[in-house]
Amino acid sequence: MSTFLGMPALPVYGSGNLHASESFPKSAHRELGNAQLRSNLGHATRTIRDKRTQVVSELPDWEQLRDAGSAIKESVMARLPELLEAFEQNFTARGGVIHWARDAGEANRIVAGLIRDTGETEVVKVKSMATQEIGLNEYLEEQGIAAFETDLAELIVQLDHDKPSHILVPAIHKNRTQVRDIFLREMENVDPDLTNEPSKLAAAARTHLRRKFLTAKVAVSGANFALADSGTLAVVESEGNGRMCLTLPETLITVMGIEKLLPTWQDLEVFMQLLPRSSTGERMNPYTSLWTGVTEGDGPQNVHLVLLDNGRSAALADEMGRSALHCIRCSACMNVCPVYERTGGHAYGSTYPGPIGAILSPLMTGIQAEENDSLPYASSLCGACYDACPVKINIPDILVHLRSVDVDSKRGTKKVPNQMDVGMKAASWALSSGKRLGLIEKGLPLSRLAAGPNKKITKLPGIAAGWTQSRDIPAPPTQSFRAWWNKEHHTPDAGVGTPLKKEEQP
Amino acid sequence: MRIALFATCIVDAMYPATARATVKILERLGHEVVFPSGQACCGQMHVNSGYLKEALPVVANHVRAFDTEDYDVAVAPSGSCVASVKHQHPMVARSCGDADLEARAAAVGARIYELSELLVDVLGVTDAGAQLGSFFPHRVTYHPSCHGMRLLRLGDRQARLLATVQGIDMVDLPEADQCCGFGGTFSMKNADVSSAMLEDKTATIKTTGASLCAGGDASCLMHIGGGLSRQGSSITTLHLAEILASTMDEPASVTGEVLVSTGKAAR
Repeated sequence: MSTFLGMPALPVYGSGNLHASESFPKSAHRELGNAQLRSNLGHATRTIRDKRTQVVSELPDWEQLRDAGSAIKESVMARLPELLEAFEQNFTARGGVIHWARDAGEANRIVAGLIRDTGETEVVKVKSMATQEIGLNEYLEEQGIAAFETDLAELIVQLDHDKPSHILVPAIHKNRTQVRDIFLREMENVDPDLTNEPSKLAAAARTHLRRKFLTAKVAVSGANFALADSGTLAVVESEGNGRMCLTLPETLITVMGIEKLLPTWQDLEVFMQLLPRSSTGERMNPYTSLWTGVTEGDGPQNVHLVLLDNGRSAALADEMGRSALHCIRCSACMNVCPVYERTGGHAYGSTYPGPIGAILSPLMTGIQAEENDSLPYASSLCGACYDACPVKINIPDILVHLRSVDVDSKRGTKKVPNQMDVGMKAASWALSSGKRLGLIEKGLPLSRLAAGPNKKITKLPGIAAGWTQSRDIPAPPTQSFRAWWNKEHHTPDAGVGTPLKKEEQP
Repeated sequence: MRIALFATCIVDAMYPATARATVKILERLGHEVVFPSGQACCGQMHVNSGYLKEALPVVANHVRAFDTEDYDVAVAPSGSCVASVKHQHPMVARSCGDADLEARAAAVGARIYELSELLVDVLGVTDAGAQLGSFFPHRVTYHPSCHGMRLLRLGDRQARLLATVQGIDMVDLPEADQCCGFGGTFSMKNADVSSAMLEDKTATIKTTGASLCAGGDASCLMHIGGGLSRQGSSITTLHLAEILASTMDEPASVTGEVLVSTGKAAR
């Protein structure tokens, strides 16, 4: 019998910036109070949404592309270990070095160690969700290493000592006047007469960044795709900052989630059509950089890849939830989400906000981590996210699944059941028989007393007070449909079909 | 055709006029309506709140009520409840390990239609005024509910039926495809976000100049109507079944108040 000493118990959940530290209703309440935020977000999401709808409608085979994207990702998840090993072999054969990281802490230590080996104390960064997820910048700062974000929006957020609120447009919550003020306050050698014109702001950022690009010896990036059959990595971006970081420094360290693999080059064709149209509403991506290991005399000569699990295996183990790993981080779901549009990304706590974050975060950390059990409820289940998702992740179904995981995880753990538990149990009893519902309906007219002369109920107690904070309820009718039907058709009142079988009784 | 009516719990208990209107429309077209007496609720509230175990008896009750009844097709005046019967019932049975119930639920789900779907796709209604005598001389806007739109792909069936009602003045609702913020227990658990969504929905309704907002789901209409009422607006909500059933002789009530369903006709 073999023993695996030091083997952690499964599942290994993710750590780092994947948690809501405050419940969603609470943080949403605060964010909703910020009128500037709501106005910025409403404007921005509407603009991207319309752009996306326009360019998607141009493609006659959009639905087939979505099907293909979904099928490719499904096959990747089904044979992930095999593809990862194939990738490792090809990447290594071309001069790259692979590092495996189980969680955020391991990944951070690996990256810091690699930077330390170069003797450098400054690195430039390409926008990367994986490094946000593990909190790399903060960790490096503790280690005395300064990381400079080079994506314009990430730069704005970093200069403002703020957190990104959107995975593609991290500064979506800021308008251009706010950006101008941040530049004036935080940027070295900035023109004091800087205006809020987008071209002037971009020029100021370009001057600021150019100095970094030309001096940096080490770059840290994420990756959008990794091709198993060739060992190639891909970064997809719009500003050219990525291309600078990926080609100029001597050392390139990439941190990538293990789910980013695609089996072959051919598969990239599907995603290069799906991603730009879904994310920025562009027909073609402006800067697509691909690199395969080390090319002698050209580009970085030390090429590393940190393959990150951090809860992805745990998500993969959830049969109903695993398709969340198909996500290509396009952000279409947040741009169409009515909840995200009103609360913004900070309300979700995690690096991954919006509908995808509401499923991905609890899948990666486990439902019981901090306040992540509140995230699956942050949706009216309107379904707009599923329709917009380029890889057809059925986010509403997974939200419902995670709600049941949450409810089941708390069964029998509470000393006193909460109002929702009691209400659901009672409703289950009442609504599982026509006879019982008929009897309750007979009592309903009594509540007309609570309605008063204008026949409206304006205040309810307990959790139902949430309803009456902004909505009335009409007084119930004096007779239910069922009662009317039975009278009309002379059937016995509140009749019932076959009686309940014992095992079906709640 | 023998058509089984699934009234849905909210319509049965709170909006009986909507179910009576549904019966009227179908009888006017010459069909026989039956009401399986064991029916209660689709269980969507339980499922969507994560209480699958509690949903099981509700789902089992619905399946039993409908698979023991003799009918050709079933209908419900709700896109949301029909979607639940079709998509959620087999899932609940499966996740609770009841393969027999899953198969029966799938069979029941295959025979149910949302009202506009039944009228347009099965019963061939293309002109409500001519075929149903529908007459409704009001300025009306229309909110397409999310589940009908996205889970059942109802498309413009409801809007087309409304547009063919005699005397009606239909006005487009801006950003009609945006959710009203109801979402079942979402409206209580995340009351602030839900209210913010509702506020935007009622604001767009007010810009249309309509005297009422029509829709195909009583729950969303209760939500929107409840918001309009709280804001002191005179605009009310009304289910499309009641508009389609409304005729010159028997006009539908547009007060937004729940009808006292003892009288002969809607007042």
